[in-house]
Amino acid sequence: MSWIKDIIDPKAREWEEFYRNRWQHDRVVRSTHGVNCTGGCSWGVHVKDGLITWELQMLDYPIFNKDIPPYEPRGCQRGISASWYVYSPIRVKYPYVRGKLLDFWRKAKQEQGDPVKAWASIVEDPEKRKAYQWARGKGGFRRSSWDEVLEIIASAMIYTIKKYGPDRIFGFSPIPAMSMFSFAGGSRFFSLLGGAMLSFYDWYCDLPPSHPEIWGEQTDVCESANWYESAFIAISGSNLNMTRTPDVHYVAEAKNNGTKLVVFSPDFSQVSKYADWWIPIKPGEDGAFWMAVNHVVLKEYHYERQTPYFIEYVKKYTDSPFLIVLDQKNGEIKPGRYLRANRIEKYKDVENGDWKLLVWDSSTDSPKMPNGTLGFRWGKEKGKWNLQMKDGLDGSDIDPVLTFIDNADEVLEVSFYDFAGGRTLRRGVPVKYVETTDGQKLAVATVYDLLMAQFGVDRGLPGEYPRSYDEDLPFTPAWQEKRSGISKDTCIQFAREWATTAEKTQGRCMIIVGPGLNHWYHNNLLYRSQIVTLMLTGCVGTQGGGHNHYVGQEKLAPMIPWATIAFALDWVKPPRQQNGPSWHYVHSCQWRYDDEFTKYHTTPQDSELNKGHAIDIQAKAVRLGWLPWYPQFNKSSIELAKEAQQNGAKTNEEIIQYVVRQLKEKNIRFTVEDPDAPENWPRIWVIWRGNAIGTSAKGHEFFLKHYLGTHSAAIAEEVAKGKVKEVVWRDPAPEGKMDLVVDINFRMDTSALYSDIVLPTAFWYEKNDLNSTDLHSYIHPLGAAVPPSWEAKPDWDIFKSLAKKISELAKTHLPEPVKDIVAAPLAHDTPDELAQPTIKDWAKGECEPIPGKTMPKLVVVERDYVNLYNKFISFGPVKELAGHGIKYSIEDVWEELAQKNPVEWNGQKYPSLRDAVDAANLLLATAPETCGEMAYRAFKAEEEKVGLKLTDLAEESRDVRYTFDDLVSQPRRLLTSPVWSGDMTNGKPYSPYVLNVTKLIPWRTLTGRQHFYLDHEGYIAFGENLPTYKPNPTPEQYGDIKKTSIKGKTKLVRYLTPHGKWHIHSTYMDNHRMLTLSRGMEPIWLSEEDAKELGINDNDWVELVNDNGVYVARAVVSARIPKGVCIVYHAVERTVGIPLSKTNIERGVTGKRGGMNNSVTRTKLKPVLMFGGYAQFTYAMNYWGPTGVNRDTYVYIRKYEGPVIW
Amino acid sequence: MDVRAQIAAVFHLDKCIGCHTCSIACKNIWTDRKGLEYAWWNNVETKPGTGYPTLWEDQEKYKGGWELANGELRLKLGGRVSRLINLFYNPYLPTIDDYYEPWTYRYEDLFNSPEMDVQPVARPISMITGEPIEIEAGPNWDDDLSGTPVYARNDPNLKNLSEEERQKLFEFERVVFFYVPRICNHCLNPGCVAACPAGAIYKRAEDGIVLISQEKCRAWRMCISGCPYKKVYFNWNTGKSEKCILCYPRVETGMAPACFHSCVGRIRYLGVILYDADRIEESAKKSDRDLVDAQRDIILNPFDEEVIKAAKANGIHESVIEYAQKSPVYKFVKEWKIAFPLHPEYRTMPMVFYVPPLLPIMAFRKGEIYELAKDFFSTPESVRIPVRYLSNLFTAGNEDHINYALKKMLALRLYKRAQNAKDVPEEEVKKMMQQMELTPEVAEEMYRLMSLPTFHERFVIPPSHRELSVERSADVYDTKASVGFGFRKPPQRGM
Repeated sequence: MSWIKDIIDPKAREWEEFYRNRWQHDRVVRSTHGVNCTGGCSWGVHVKDGLITWELQMLDYPIFNKDIPPYEPRGCQRGISASWYVYSPIRVKYPYVRGKLLDFWRKAKQEQGDPVKAWASIVEDPEKRKAYQWARGKGGFRRSSWDEVLEIIASAMIYTIKKYGPDRIFGFSPIPAMSMFSFAGGSRFFSLLGGAMLSFYDWYCDLPPSHPEIWGEQTDVCESANWYESAFIAISGSNLNMTRTPDVHYVAEAKNNGTKLVVFSPDFSQVSKYADWWIPIKPGEDGAFWMAVNHVVLKEYHYERQTPYFIEYVKKYTDSPFLIVLDQKNGEIKPGRYLRANRIEKYKDVENGDWKLLVWDSSTDSPKMPNGTLGFRWGKEKGKWNLQMKDGLDGSDIDPVLTFIDNADEVLEVSFYDFAGGRTLRRGVPVKYVETTDGQKLAVATVYDLLMAQFGVDRGLPGEYPRSYDEDLPFTPAWQEKRSGISKDTCIQFAREWATTAEKTQGRCMIIVGPGLNHWYHNNLLYRSQIVTLMLTGCVGTQGGGHNHYVGQEKLAPMIPWATIAFALDWVKPPRQQNGPSWHYVHSCQWRYDDEFTKYHTTPQDSELNKGHAIDIQAKAVRLGWLPWYPQFNKSSIELAKEAQQNGAKTNEEIIQYVVRQLKEKNIRFTVEDPDAPENWPRIWVIWRGNAIGTSAKGHEFFLKHYLGTHSAAIAEEVAKGKVKEVVWRDPAPEGKMDLVVDINFRMDTSALYSDIVLPTAFWYEKNDLNSTDLHSYIHPLGAAVPPSWEAKPDWDIFKSLAKKISELAKTHLPEPVKDIVAAPLAHDTPDELAQPTIKDWAKGECEPIPGKTMPKLVVVERDYVNLYNKFISFGPVKELAGHGIKYSIEDVWEELAQKNPVEWNGQKYPSLRDAVDAANLLLATAPETCGEMAYRAFKAEEEKVGLKLTDLAEESRDVRYTFDDLVSQPRRLLTSPVWSGDMTNGKPYSPYVLNVTKLIPWRTLTGRQHFYLDHEGYIAFGENLPTYKPNPTPEQYGDIKKTSIKGKTKLVRYLTPHGKWHIHSTYMDNHRMLTLSRGMEPIWLSEEDAKELGINDNDWVELVNDNGVYVARAVVSARIPKGVCIVYHAVERTVGIPLSKTNIERGVTGKRGGMNNSVTRTKLKPVLMFGGYAQFTYAMNYWGPTGVNRDTYVYIRKYEGPVIW
Repeated sequence: MDVRAQIAAVFHLDKCIGCHTCSIACKNIWTDRKGLEYAWWNNVETKPGTGYPTLWEDQEKYKGGWELANGELRLKLGGRVSRLINLFYNPYLPTIDDYYEPWTYRYEDLFNSPEMDVQPVARPISMITGEPIEIEAGPNWDDDLSGTPVYARNDPNLKNLSEEERQKLFEFERVVFFYVPRICNHCLNPGCVAACPAGAIYKRAEDGIVLISQEKCRAWRMCISGCPYKKVYFNWNTGKSEKCILCYPRVETGMAPACFHSCVGRIRYLGVILYDADRIEESAKKSDRDLVDAQRDIILNPFDEEVIKAAKANGIHESVIEYAQKSPVYKFVKEWKIAFPLHPEYRTMPMVFYVPPLLPIMAFRKGEIYELAKDFFSTPESVRIPVRYLSNLFTAGNEDHINYALKKMLALRLYKRAQNAKDVPEEEVKKMMQQMELTPEVAEEMYRLMSLPTFHERFVIPPSHRELSVERSADVYDTKASVGFGFRKPPQRGM
């Protein structure tokens, strides 16, 4: 065997240095990727000869629990290809301006001298404005300089502030957690300026509205190590290999630990490979399956056998024992609202009696008022906001009754909606009668009994109950079979295995869920049907349990100090924060193409609230303070303050009174009521860290037309005319609302390509910043391995430069501080949650307009543009931080930093925020999650509200204090904090709501418990007060294919856009590594049967077509795709490898290139999600509001015939 | 007994997530340069599928590896004479179409294009010609594809499957796929070494890593044909063949190879084993059915006193023997018998071993309704993929080995389930464990190594003792003082 070279000449091996030399490098620097992937992976960036050459994962996560697999290595195929970008030909190296605009600018500047006048001369000339808008997205970029572009941008902003007010200026950057200060630099700038920041989590449809509905929480999920503690994992609408690539090992490893894994997915998705069971549920029909699971669980584990663990759990931690008033109307009885404490004699005078609720106590056989409901949270009396089943008035113990079945006063036939069957079912419900202070006798039922009836559990009561699993009535296994395509036996077996495991392990079953479910129009109902299962089986707030929704890296762990810096709360409050979905739906004119929502949304017949057009409810939501809205008024918010003063207002209070009067008399209007009037348009849009015009633009082609005024491929017809009541219809629809669009980027992506100005930003390996995620419990940095290449700058520094330029120009144009009136919605985690026990519209004369009560809050703030820069770089005089309903002092740290690292101006020293590292150190020293003393203080504050011991959770780590340099040396584990709900002490993986369960801290909801029932009037009107099933809209109803007719072979298919393997959203989609390992583009996946029918072969070019636009790509044909479905893994850039569309050419539209994944979508808003001003249904940015759904889209698929046209 | 040390690996396929991070780790460091654009020393394939280069497993097409002729081993490519005749014309070499034509895009058009009436776009262009290209193939073309007429159905491993089995494999309710990552196997009986007319390829004595000298290579490319795994690539720029070097500059300094390091599915294990080089030939000549056992047999017990003595006599450092005793590879391959070589029938004795994947349970269709088999966990009987298919990949068709491995892993799962969820009858678990030679101690050890391992438990990298290697040609202190000084001199054509 001569190939084993025993006696090889050592000289003959000297060549081996060839590869050794390549491996040798000069430096390894820790960094990560700011890309909203949830990975939060720590990487070692290798530098050789002063250049970034490659990256490999860092492995030094501190191990916190030896019985759980470690986190190393973290990092995926996308992350490891990031270094390709740094010196690639798609890197933005210099500032660019589109030639047409640049020529106008240089000429105007020469003619006008003053830059603000120069800008005015361009945008006020309709021909010029039209000319540079039409050039958007069609080439013609020219290199510029930082001096020049900053001057253009600052001039445009000052012009806009003076002409319209600052609230016409918008910033968009998503997902702060991925690079906290790259976001915060911009948001701080806009907050000081008076511009508005757009939300993203709801717009991306990543927000699960069911979580605020049930838990009063934006999203709170476990870290991936906690998956390992689960004994039964159901994965649904989430493709872990694709999207949780560095975490998915935990499920493979859990299998060896005896965990059962069930994957629900219409296609044989990548994660299905691991499953014990793969359940190919029909797209969007998961709700039907889980509703039937609940039927089985309730029947077998709650009724036939009362599983002690489950019964105790629902009693203690859910609203199931709370009393619901049954309303009788038109001969029908329906579940209404929670019985309020102040309606009965005993509790009629309690503080916040509208917000304290009742259960039935078994020992006294009467209603009692347990601790922990919302009224206790915001009352003057402290210490009773907890989950102890004690009476809030007299402290007596309560043993709540779950069901009246054995001692009902009467059994009433109550009506329940069967939305799929289009009928109402009458089912017997046991009730008690309660006498109210006004002498009424009210029938009340427990939430638990209503659940039993809603799910159709036959307990021997009269009415339309199914008598067996085989009966086709909601919500039996046989009923679900017809919808989900999954056999009833499989459904029953699943339910039994789940419940048995949950019982034996005390709640160690979990659901991992994602956008595959959350992007449907009825996402809240789909999710609720699953969460009900978890709640019924005691699987929330346990290690190894929970509804773990991973859609976006939303967990910014050190949230309180971060928000203070990011929204400049240290200088001015409130910031303007706009919910993205409403904003885009209205401003990009998508509402004009939308019909009345009842066309595609099944609602009960017996209410006025649930009919009409979504924009009318949107307008109401703004007027009543449920949702924010910017621009605010059809007059400048600065000019309005001046006007009020000119009309005699002396104080801020009088200015507000003036505004209220003007609104009431309709002398001024909310712009949402006339969104297409030129004075009401958004004017300047700055985009960074995201792809707002590109792949996150649901209704992309409408963006091109109405925002940008350039080419578009949409052919949809406007249908809203005559159907909207509260909003002005203008013909024709405006095109090109935006005066200026700026994109800050390291790559020339779709948004950059369509912007007027592109600014070069530092790559992730060229700047310092912080990163956190929900998938692990560490915080770690982005680090500058090399300085920003070419002319790039970190985002923080870009906005700092812009702030400086604004301050410079303000000396001439806005020399004095001005008053600005800010309208802000009723806010979550504040006493605003008590604002509106019922819906009353002041504009309809149903009540008085009272800011902060019946309408938005109005606040007069000061804008000091000359000092904008000074404020930007210094942390303002705030000695107490607040958030999440908690306040704690940071005075000592403030003083320390103001001495050690000050910024000084106007004779005062402030802690420095000159660069991102200064900001990071301030944050780390003041966040409960990174500073033990702050955790202690925050728990102390929480303790006072709750009235139970909590500081023990912070005792052991009280002396921990991390600095930025600490994180550079090694990622650090976050500390347990009252801002979050998991308990990480003693090496426990983070699992949400564990503190609620173990420490009896209430959920931030109306009852303080987890909600099966939602008693908001709007939810009752829409028939979503109980968990239910609503059929998905048909393509005809949804209205995306009205005008599309195609000759030749074609087929209407469902358009599914799950997350892909070769990109993180659109980032990496243009990366050479990813394109090489995929098919050189994002293809269209088809089933073999459909492909055969259409004569399409693998790798043929195809087009997806509907009224909204077209997407052109090649086909991939595979047996793992079900019939009737096409999959385009989102998201796509239209910058790389996209040819012209033959359909677009045939249709004669102006936009001929073959689009991208959002070219065929248009968003629709679900009205119930606009309701607010009530308990957990109050606004916080990225917490509440409608979501930008896109999953119900259908497309025609057709072969691209003939040669490809580029 | 001729005891040798070999660095070997285990890839646990149930854990492989098909992410290709390994491939890019390698690409970034080693093959991102002119001449190797198309080369992926590490790649990941979806199975069933045809792989990269296309149909590499079809040895009728490529003539890779060894065959038995009259009881003797010989290269399938032919004897030395026929190889020499074919030096200038080798009909079995994969062409660029069997790999793919590397491409990129005209990204710069996005910046430079003049104002037009349509949106500019970065068009794909060939990295060979610089001209616009229609992309028809890539290094991972059938990724996640599973059944299609063009790819999966031509998978050579479907041989011996009945027509019915094949049909079912690609029905929607039975469809399945899994991933097979591949690197150079650093074989004990490497076809590439044997095929090289220039003697440029050698197996390092200290660790068994197979290398192609970039000085001696003369571009005959016989190694490319000789390797049945198609893991040697011709660098058209330097005119030398290159292949996976198992990141020896990293291994020599105690680091895992980049693809192992970066494996985020945590599927990879690396360790040193001791084997008996005297028995390579006899083992490689066994019948197909016995190949797996034969290969296992020549791996020696590092605790055996005789083996230790012989190893020391052969100059194997004591520290390396200690590492062999800690080797995770030894446990998977020898002790637990759940890891197998890829295509042992090529008879090169590959040193990368694969744990076969557990896969989902099969289902049935009743009209339009889908119903699952009732099993709680999948068993060899209820799993979606026929055991025969797996045996064609890993055990030269011997299904007993695959059945054993799958059942052993199932027994482990049931054992842990009984411990954690307490809903499995203990007696049943005990019985199954006995059957599968699984004591609680072994089960815990398997569990620890498959689920909980730290970096250092997965990668037990033997000390390289570079000082001993250097010492053979230079003074170690002088080398320490001068290493790195000099000018880089890349290999050049015809050097």
